[in-house]
Amino acid sequence: MDSQVVRKTKVVVIGNGMVGHHFVEQLVELSKKEQVIEITVLSAESRLAYDRVHLSEYFAGKSAADLAMTDEETYQNWQINFAVDAKVSHIDKDEKFVETEQGQRYDYDKLVLATGSYPFVPPIPGKDQEHCLVYRTIDDLEAINASAKVSKVGVVIGGGLLGLEAANALKQLGLKTHVVEFAPQLMGVQVDAGGGRLLKDKINQLGVEVHTSKATSEIIAGEQSRYKLCFSDGSELETDLILFSAGIRPYDNLARSFDLAVGERGGIVIDNQCQTSTKNIYAIGECALWNNFIFGLVAPGYAMAKVAAEHILGQSAEFTGADMSTKLKLMGVEVGSIGDAHAKAAGSLCYTYENQPNGVYKKIVINADKTQLLGAVLIGDTSEYDTLLQYMLNGIELPESPEALILPMAADKPALGVDALPDSATICSCHNVTKGDIVSAIDNGACTVGDVKSCTKASSGCGGCTALVKNVTDSILEQRGVEVKKDICEHFAYSRRELFDIVKVEKITTFEQLLSSHGQGLGCEVCKPLTASILASVWNDYILEKSHVGLQDTNDTFLANMQKDGTYSVVPRIAAGEITPDKLIVLGEVAKKYNLYTKITGGQRVDLFGARVEQLPLIWQELVEAGFETGHAYGKSLRTVKSCVGSSWCRYGVQDSISMAILLENRYKGLRAPHKIKFAVSGCTRECAEAQSKDIGIIATDKGWNLYVCGNGGMKPRHGDLFATDLDDETLVKYIDRVLMFYVNTGDRLQRTSVWMDNLAGGLSYLQSVVIEDSLQISTELEKQMQSIVGTYQCEWKTTLADPEALKRFKPFVNSDKADSNIVFVEERQQIRPAYPHERIPVQVSDNEPKTSLEKSSAQSAKIVEPA
Amino acid sequence: MSLNSESSQKWQTICQLDDLVSNAGVCALLEQTNSTLNDSEQVAIFHLPNTEQQVYAIGNYDPIGQANVLYRGIVGNIGDDIVVASPLYKQHFSLRTGQCLQEDAKVKNYPVRIVDQQVQLLV
Ligand code: SRM
Ligand SMILES: Cc1cc2nc3c(=O)[nH]c(=O)nc-3n(C[C@H](O)[C@H](O)[C@H](O)COP(=O)(O)OP(=O)(O)OC[C@H]3O[C@@H](n4cnc5c(N)ncnc54)[C@H](O)[C@@H]3O)c2cc1C
Ligand code: SF4
Ligand code: FES
Repeated sequence: MDSQVVRKTKVVVIGNGMVGHHFVEQLVELSKKEQVIEITVLSAESRLAYDRVHLSEYFAGKSAADLAMTDEETYQNWQINFAVDAKVSHIDKDEKFVETEQGQRYDYDKLVLATGSYPFVPPIPGKDQEHCLVYRTIDDLEAINASAKVSKVGVVIGGGLLGLEAANALKQLGLKTHVVEFAPQLMGVQVDAGGGRLLKDKINQLGVEVHTSKATSEIIAGEQSRYKLCFSDGSELETDLILFSAGIRPYDNLARSFDLAVGERGGIVIDNQCQTSTKNIYAIGECALWNNFIFGLVAPGYAMAKVAAEHILGQSAEFTGADMSTKLKLMGVEVGSIGDAHAKAAGSLCYTYENQPNGVYKKIVINADKTQLLGAVLIGDTSEYDTLLQYMLNGIELPESPEALILPMAADKPALGVDALPDSATICSCHNVTKGDIVSAIDNGACTVGDVKSCTKASSGCGGCTALVKNVTDSILEQRGVEVKKDICEHFAYSRRELFDIVKVEKITTFEQLLSSHGQGLGCEVCKPLTASILASVWNDYILEKSHVGLQDTNDTFLANMQKDGTYSVVPRIAAGEITPDKLIVLGEVAKKYNLYTKITGGQRVDLFGARVEQLPLIWQELVEAGFETGHAYGKSLRTVKSCVGSSWCRYGVQDSISMAILLENRYKGLRAPHKIKFAVSGCTRECAEAQSKDIGIIATDKGWNLYVCGNGGMKPRHGDLFATDLDDETLVKYIDRVLMFYVNTGDRLQRTSVWMDNLAGGLSYLQSVVIEDSLQISTELEKQMQSIVGTYQCEWKTTLADPEALKRFKPFVNSDKADSNIVFVEERQQIRPAYPHERIPVQVSDNEPKTSLEKSSAQSAKIVEPA
Repeated sequence: MSLNSESSQKWQTICQLDDLVSNAGVCALLEQTNSTLNDSEQVAIFHLPNTEQQVYAIGNYDPIGQANVLYRGIVGNIGDDIVVASPLYKQHFSLRTGQCLQEDAKVKNYPVRIVDQQVQLLV
């Protein structure tokens, strides 16, 4: 027989939600080597998959693009056929094809239903009016946004997890917000009655009114507001906007119409391989009913996606259920629910701890013989969540007095070391990463938390496992003796952070003191600049203080940046990039006089290159006289605050970004940090100042400023995280003070804020809690530290010029006033540059020969230029 | 430095001890009076008061970075070696021998002494 072309298996996926997309990813990943699969993805929405779990961040400023989980280019690269706005309306199981509403036909060998679910809107008369909305898709959110603009009051019908999230969104949009719940308590699925009560109190305190045990009977026209809700008990509530969040229903209509088995109360029935009643049709995610259960969370959906992908590729795989535990923060209230929260298991026993004044409620559910944890509810404080979850998931035997697990002051609180976890313990449920997976990632060379995250994907889902992933990774590394080595060098067995604390607490002011009390040897080029930086951060001394000489990198010693030929560059501060013509002329004149190469930098200022060490004080004398200050281009310190022209000129500007940038640059100039710090301020959302790529980025809104933190350009770009929105000037500065000082206190050596953030246990929300909610109670201290630095600023160049001792350092030789003859420039485009080795032809230079004749005497195209 | 070469060499006073900077370097220019070429020698002199030898002198030219910069490096120790780290690319050079610790490179080293507060080099 002739050789045959292997026909590829055609896989058609209906729905491109989170689970549908995860399935595609898995299939692409697993079938990488053999190109045996042809994938087609049909999405009813107008866009490809996005992160529904973080949907609410849309209201905090994230765009649809930020939420996207993939894009057309990626799918094209993966050679996937896809169509958006393509709702499937027909399945032909015999001919094996599907058809969209638009009449497009797609053949399949295997069909995967990943149609998810839709919000259930109870059949209340009046529910179909213009400002009656739901909360599920980006389009829904856009509609809510538009409606909120013309509304003052909003009501969420449904007090479950999603309802509370929606209420938070309405509150953020500035509406007076109510939650109406049919049941006597909030979050009835995850939380018991006691917890629900406390939750209600807390949410009421936050200014969202909660009405429980209310059944809405009708929606009619309102008197003060647009609508009026009438309740079955005769009471009423007026509102402009109604958001239904009364539960979700699986999108199983295709299964119903085309004869696939569905459950009594909906959901497409699947087996352990995620196959429906027709074997070549699979269902995964929120539309699927497994063991008579629908999982309304993303992690179980991901697990199904993986099983289905493996099964289609002929591998054996099984879905065996999933844990539904959740930990979240609703309007700043921490809520955790684990396993059997309602103590439904026969014979189960509970321990409850309630602290009403502090708004904390904790309950654990254990089995009859007190050996196993079955479930837990945590409100107001979820710090024990990870430990409790591991007890439950891994069947770890409970300690003698299980109540110690939740009692606040229990002396013998059994801290469950991560070492106690079995290899099978799930660490990240979103991506189904076990402790064993982390062990093997480390076996394969991962040696930081960042490495582990990028090769296992752990903590890139809901993020709830971040702290645990770090602990497990550190502990495994430590066991291997690879040890998370934090000693900065052979002279100090401490991390930067520890040294910082030592300097502060023991009031150490010199390197000698630190070395003799906590170090050994003579020090080196790592610990010396590090100490100098810490001393500067803590005490803000003049960095060329006699006792600090020799500690600094050459750049700091000479207050300029060393170039490849041993000359230096000069970068005066040009705050926010704003400069008067007179000052520009001074720069031009100085550059001309000393024959310096002149360039506009990437940081909105001017750099003058090619200054010899002995010329630096002369050049700076002229600059300081003209009113310039040092630009700290040499320091691990604030570099520039980039600005756009903002509302002072730009027709779109909504705030004065230049004034703000100048204010910030002047406030933080001179601040020494673990690494350099860059800011930018944009005057509107067009973001001409590229603020999202900076350590501190600020974007004007019509109400104030949005603050982004921990962005980075450079080697590994990172977009800043949106930290807080619509801040007034004062709060903005306060938050920046705190964020920066917290970084200065805790960052590692040469760790930019971006890497610091990536390694910060708890990440963005932790930083927010420290800075905004003052959870560590250190914000006053942080502000005080910053204030003392701001208050003791001095221009290092100005101080240096006034200090004859310091100026001695700029003499090129102790025993001669000659210049270094090894520095050779050539001319290019009318300016100097260092000569390349082949251009360094030895030329006889006689001192009185005029410059022009020297240039002529060179036969090279590059002209040798005499030192100025 | 071997003994036989010492006969043609002399201790030359470079500067006062005061001119040195503790735990850092300075640079001295050795002018070659007999040379027609403009090639004078630069010597990096370091003062480490907490070490036995106290003063050290090596060539100032960094053979790796190819510039006259070594005196501007940070001094310290790596294990038993007393070193300066080049300010350009941070390789370490032994202050006693001039040997580079990371790469196959070496700079000259000079006998140096302090007599009556004067810093002298044997050249
Ligand atoms: C002069 C300038 C390039 C230019 O001609 O435009 C420059 C020059 C240097 N950059 Fe830069 N960077 C310059 C803007 C930038 C920018 C753009 C910006 O600030 O908007 C970036 C990316 C943004 C960022 O940092 O997130 C940038 C990312 C880097 C990095 C990579 C940092 C990272 O986190 O990945 C380094 C290396 C480092 O710091 O470790 C670096 C290091 C350097 C050093 C210090 C390298 C060195 O040790 O010699 C260069 C010496 C500066 C000098 O001699 O004056 N430079 N550098 C720019 C000076 C801006 C200023 O006015 O101060
Ligand atoms: C505001 C919000 C917050 C949430 N927070 C969390 C959380 O913190 N943790 C958590 O685990 N889960 C959370 N969830 C739930 C989570 O988002 C879902 O479990 C998950 O998105 C389910 O994925 P899916 O792919 O099954 O369904 P979906 O994401 O709903 O995707 C299904 C897709 O299929 C499309 N579709 C339907 N029918 C057709 C058809 N006939 N033809 C073509 N396409 C079709 C739909 O339009 C949709 O785009 C949250 C959900 C919301 C709305
Ligand atoms: S960011 Fe906005 S305000 Fe600033 S220059 Fe651009 S368009 Fe104008
Ligand atoms: S558990 Fe959600 S990201 Fe790990």
